[in-house]
Parts: sequence; structure tokens; C-alpha cells
Amino acid sequence: MTTLMETGSLHYYLAMIWFILWGVLWAVYFILDGFDLGVGTLLPFLARSETDKRALLNSTGPFWDGNEVWLIAAGGVTFAAFPYAYAQMFSGLYLALMLLLFTLIVRGVSFEFRSKVESPGWRKAWDTAHAVCSFLPALLLGVAFGNIFQGIPLDETGFSQAGLFGLLNPYGIAGGILFVTIFMMHGALWLCIRTTGELKARAESVATKLWPGVVVLTVLFLAYTAMSTQLFANYLVYPVLFVILLLPVAGLVLMRTYLGAGKYWMAWASSGLYIGGTALFGVVGIFPAIIPSSPNPANSLTIMNSASSPLTLEIMLVVAVIFVPLVIGYQSWVYKRFATAITEDDLQY
Amino acid sequence: MDVLMLSRLQFAAATMFHFIFVPLTLGLSVLIACMETAYVRTGNEVYKKMAKFWGKLFLVNFALGVVTGITLEFQFGTNWSRYSMYVGDIFGSLLAIEATAAFFLESTFIGVWHFGWDKLSPKAHAITAWLVAGASNLSAIWILIANGFMQNPVGYVLRNGRAELTDFWAVITNKYAWLEFFHVVPASLLLAGFFIVGISAWHLLRKNNTEFFQKSFNLGISVALVFALFTAAEGHIHGNNLSDTQPAKLAAMESHWETQKNAPMYLLLIPGEDGNVLEALPLPGVLSFLAYNDFNAEVKGLSDFPKEDRPPVVLSFLSFRLMVGLGTLFILLAGFGFLVRNKVDQYPRLLKALPFCIPLPYFALWAGWTLTEVGRQPWIVYGLMRTSDAVSPVGAGEVGFTLVLMTLLYALLGAVGIWLMVKLAKKGPEDNTPIQA
Repeated sequence: MTTLMETGSLHYYLAMIWFILWGVLWAVYFILDGFDLGVGTLLPFLARSETDKRALLNSTGPFWDGNEVWLIAAGGVTFAAFPYAYAQMFSGLYLALMLLLFTLIVRGVSFEFRSKVESPGWRKAWDTAHAVCSFLPALLLGVAFGNIFQGIPLDETGFSQAGLFGLLNPYGIAGGILFVTIFMMHGALWLCIRTTGELKARAESVATKLWPGVVVLTVLFLAYTAMSTQLFANYLVYPVLFVILLLPVAGLVLMRTYLGAGKYWMAWASSGLYIGGTALFGVVGIFPAIIPSSPNPANSLTIMNSASSPLTLEIMLVVAVIFVPLVIGYQSWVYKRFATAITEDDLQY
Repeated sequence: MDVLMLSRLQFAAATMFHFIFVPLTLGLSVLIACMETAYVRTGNEVYKKMAKFWGKLFLVNFALGVVTGITLEFQFGTNWSRYSMYVGDIFGSLLAIEATAAFFLESTFIGVWHFGWDKLSPKAHAITAWLVAGASNLSAIWILIANGFMQNPVGYVLRNGRAELTDFWAVITNKYAWLEFFHVVPASLLLAGFFIVGISAWHLLRKNNTEFFQKSFNLGISVALVFALFTAAEGHIHGNNLSDTQPAKLAAMESHWETQKNAPMYLLLIPGEDGNVLEALPLPGVLSFLAYNDFNAEVKGLSDFPKEDRPPVVLSFLSFRLMVGLGTLFILLAGFGFLVRNKVDQYPRLLKALPFCIPLPYFALWAGWTLTEVGRQPWIVYGLMRTSDAVSPVGAGEVGFTLVLMTLLYALLGAVGIWLMVKLAKKGPEDNTPIQA
């Protein structure tokens, strides 16, 4: 792989902006799809009756589709801004990615299919599919990002041959467990906003019980990260960057505080802050690499050797500046308009 | 089989399956928005009922279209990573723009449309229907601009070992892409028309909800006729353009071997990969006319292309004929249906046949895309990169495994989805449970 740009050139700064936006897109994706994947994972544990199940599915029904587009956008931006990294990441993680896509497909149709036939067996089958296919994407995303944080075995030609079992190393699995737990917490808080009565009480109790788990897992994961990855290297060079860690820490503290006070919107937003902060922490850690190579950092895919041409980066920036605020605008409107506590009338799925 | 063939099969399976659902989404979304607009303007409840009934079918179809589309974006990275590296600068940005400018809008407002019947005013709800329809078709524009680049690459320079963007305007005004758009989108409206007509005919034959299905029938048949004509006319222009942009595809789809002026079209022709097995009954000059609007123009034959640059001839030839044959049938069928639309109950045979015609536009669209993509071979980007150089260096075992898994999964979901749609279609609008139920 040849170096395509000079550090400090306009091209370099454009690539840097896109690196930040790339990180932000993934963070927003985790925040948004995180809660609906979490709710899906919680389905078998929280829902006791058909009404409960409907309430759970309806709590995410109007939103999941728009949320998942952030994945498409994050993938698209990787392709557009860092095509080499996109090609390596997606062919290198071939099986894991295909599996992720298949589970998302089954999950997506389960929303639409379950209600269309009046049969308990049919519904149970789609509910099970929904739960399994909400759990697996959370796990696989965690495994994938764990492996990226740790570094992927890229050789000098750049092509990685990390099979699925190569990805399931202890650190990757730790990432998976962390993601699943975080998303469940995030989902439980969402349910506190959108449900009422006994179901809400159960969601609240699950959130309360999950919280210490999230704290312990976060601390353990950070310690594990310090021991087995290079993720702290940038932080040790520029200790001021440790400020970023305040975001997830603040998120954790506020999440618990607001949950205790019964301010569920704020508690949910705080868990969003925690997720976004954690993602940002990872992204800053790998900079300037997008896919760090392990064990040989010289083979890493960085913003310098994998970015698109300056013209493409410029045009994309114009598109992003126009459309991303628009997207945020109308999606916020939808959340505001539709994210109220579900009543009997809303139980439609 | 090697990884190249497996990846090609996987991509073909994924796109063709995705393309069962996309054209109906493109066409029906517009028709539903029209129904809702009619409801807002006239206050006639039957239009609302129409939007709700066709909307239910739309939602099942939409869900399958969206989830199968996600796989496609990522397949460029998983299976075609060398392609992604080579043209990602241009192709990747078009996909990213599609997601940002269109797909977000579509996916966000489909939720609002689905859940908003009681939460929004009829007017606001109709606006969401237009947002979904507009965004779906805007998506199609960006995807076809991306495909147009593969067919007729423009606005780039080869630098740093890849194709780099130099002229974005040239890329988005690529004539090839827009010819594709004005062929595919009208074909999708035609398909949606036949879809509505087929289901309406089934109910009209059984005298269910006559007013409702007569109105639907009339809308469907008019749309089918207008767009059958439009698609055919536009197809001719598209064919003309091929003589400039992809002469090998043009020669393959006609199985035309010897470069000649006043080139004939044979009424009886059996194509082969190395020359025609049989050619008889020539119509002199017709091929020249189809390609250049001039009976004496010279048309380049396949023999003048090196063997390694020729597309698969038989498949291109057959898919082209299937598309054109069906297109002609649609004009006749929709024309006749339109003429008798108000007394269609006196034509029970037509009513019986129409539901079985629903799959035909799907076959025509598939055939058209087969011609487009197979006819472009051996190039993944015409004249620029060969398909064999584009494939990811992944193991054949991995690709084979996911191909089998994907085929099984898609077949299962497709079967369930189509079964559900048939069930909902047969139930009709009398079912008064809320749309979301």
C-alpha cells in the first residue's frame, strides 16, 4: 500500500474530518440501533403476556428502520471516504459480517411478519427469531469492534485472513459481552419511557440491576484494553485526551441518578452519552488507523493510505453538511412525536 | 466452482431477490400517495380505504426490500473488495450519498406512515406518503447513477492505482444512468399497475367490494397502459445509446456477428457462443435502424471483438427477447383492459387471466437486468476493470457456505412474504382491523 497523502496537506485534514465523522456515524448507529437491539434481546425476559410482547415490539416499531440506516450510512461512508479500509474490513470480516447481515434480515421481517397470522405458534416462532436476531447483531458488532480496537492481522498486501474463529478471541468476546450488556441496559431504559404499569416496573428493575454490571464490565474492559491492545498509546502521548473518558463516566453516573429519580428520558439520553463516549474513546485510540494491523502496525490501514481523493472527500462533506442536520431534524421530530408511553390503542404489532 | 463464479452467483441471487421487492416499492409507493391525495382532496373514504389496503401489501413488500438491500451494499466490500478499492472513490461516494439523501428519508417516514394513521391529520399523513414515494425514487436515481458508472464510466482519471473522481457533474449527468432511470422507474409503475389490476380482477370476478376494486382496477390499468407505452419508447432510445456506449452488448443481444452496413434482423435465429447456429428470414436494415435510426448504418459485429471481450451471447440474446416480447404483450393487454375497463365484469376470462399476469412484469424486469449486467461482462466497469480482477481474495468455502445459507434464508423469507401477501390480498379491504394489526 502506498502513502497517498502528505501529513498536514489539505487532503490530510479532509481525511481527518472524515475520520471524525466516520467515528460519529458509528457512535450514532450504536446509540440508536442499540436500544432497539437491546429491547429485542430483553423480549423473552421481560414480556410475560401477548400484550407485553406487543408493547415491547411497538416501543421500537416506528424507529428501528430509520435507526438501521445509520448502519448503512456508516458502511457507506467507510466505502466512500476510506475505500481501502472498507474493502479490507468487510472482506476480512467476511463470515462475521454475513452472519450479522442475515440476523438483521430476519429481525427486520419479524416486525412485519409476526402479526399477520393469528396463531400462537407463528407468533412464538417470530418472537424467538426476533430475540435471537437482536442478541446476535449486538454480540457480533461487539466482537468486530473489539477486534478492530485490538488490531486485525493484516499482511503486507493488506489482505486480512481473519476467519470467524480468529475473531472469537478472548478480547473480541469481551467486546461482544460488553456490547450486549450495554444495549440491554439502553433498551431497558427505553422501555421505561415507552411502557406503563407492571411492565414498566419490570423494565425499571432490570435497568437498575444491569447498571452495576455495566459499570464492572466497563472497568474490566478498560483494564483488559490497557493490557492487551495499543488503544491507550495516543492517550499516553497526549494525556489531555483522557478528558474523553469523562463522557462515558458521566454517562454512567447520570444514567443511574436519573433512573433513580424516575427521569427516564434523561436516563436514556445519559446511556446514549455513555455509548457515544465509549465509541469515541475507541476511535481516538486507533487514530490515525482505521483498521490497525496487529502484530505489524506498519500494515495498518490509516487515513493516509486508505482515503479517497480530495475531490470525493470535499463533495461528500458538502452532502453531509446539508443532509445530516436534516436527517437529525426529522428523526428528532419523529422521536418527539411518536415516543410517548404506549397506550392500549397503540398495541398493534 | 471458484470464488469468482461463487461471488457472481451470490451477487446475482442477492440482486434478483432484492429486485422482486424494489420495483413494487417504487411504483406502488407513488400510487398509494396518489390515493391518499385523492382522499384529502375529495374526502371520499373509499380512497382512504384503498391507501390502507394497498398499503398493507406495500408494507410486507417494503420490509423484504429494505432488509435484502442492506446485504447488497456490504457485498461490494465482502465479495468484491478489489473492485471497491479500485472505484470506491466514485462508486462508494454515490452509495453513501444515496443513504444520506434518500434512504434515511424513506426509512424514517415509512415508520411514521405505518404508525401515523391516528396521530397525523389526513393531509400530514398524505405528505408522509409522498415523502416515502419521493425518497424511494430518489434512491433509485442514486443507485442507477452508481450502476451507470459501471456501464459507462465517466468523470474519472486513473491515478494512484485507482479510478479517481475528476468531474462529479459528469458522473451525475451520465446519460446511461438516466436512460436506465427512465426505463426502470416507468417499468416499476407498469408493474405496480399490473399488481393492482391482477388483485382487483380476482375480487371483481367474485363480486367482492365492487366499487372499491373497480376504482382500483381503473387506476391500475390506466397506469399500466401509460407506462407500458413509455417504457417501450424509452427502451428504443436506450438501445440506440448502446451503439455508442456498449457496442459489444448490442451485438450480443442481437447475436450479430459480422460487422456490416444495412445490418438485418433475423426473424428466425438460434444463437451460439461462437456464431449463429441458424439465421433465416432477414429483415434488411432493421438492426441498423434499431441501433442508429438509419437503415444503412454500419453495426459492429461480435467477430470484431476479441473473444475475451465478448459478453455471454445466448443469455444476452434470450433475455433481450424475453423483455421485448413481454413488453409488447403488456401494451396489448393493458390496451385491451383499458378499453373495456368499465364493463370488465363482462370479460370473465380476462378477469381470470389477470391475476396470473402479475408475475410477468417481474420476469420482464429480471430479463432487462440480466441483459444489462450479463451484457456488460466480462467487465465489471465497462472497458476499465474486468470482473475477474474485482473479486475478494476470500476462500471459496466461505463464499459457498454463505451462498447456500443466503439462498435458503431468502427462499424461506420470500416464500413466507409472498404467501402473506397473497393471504392479505385475498382478504380484501373488508377486514376492519387497524392497518398496523
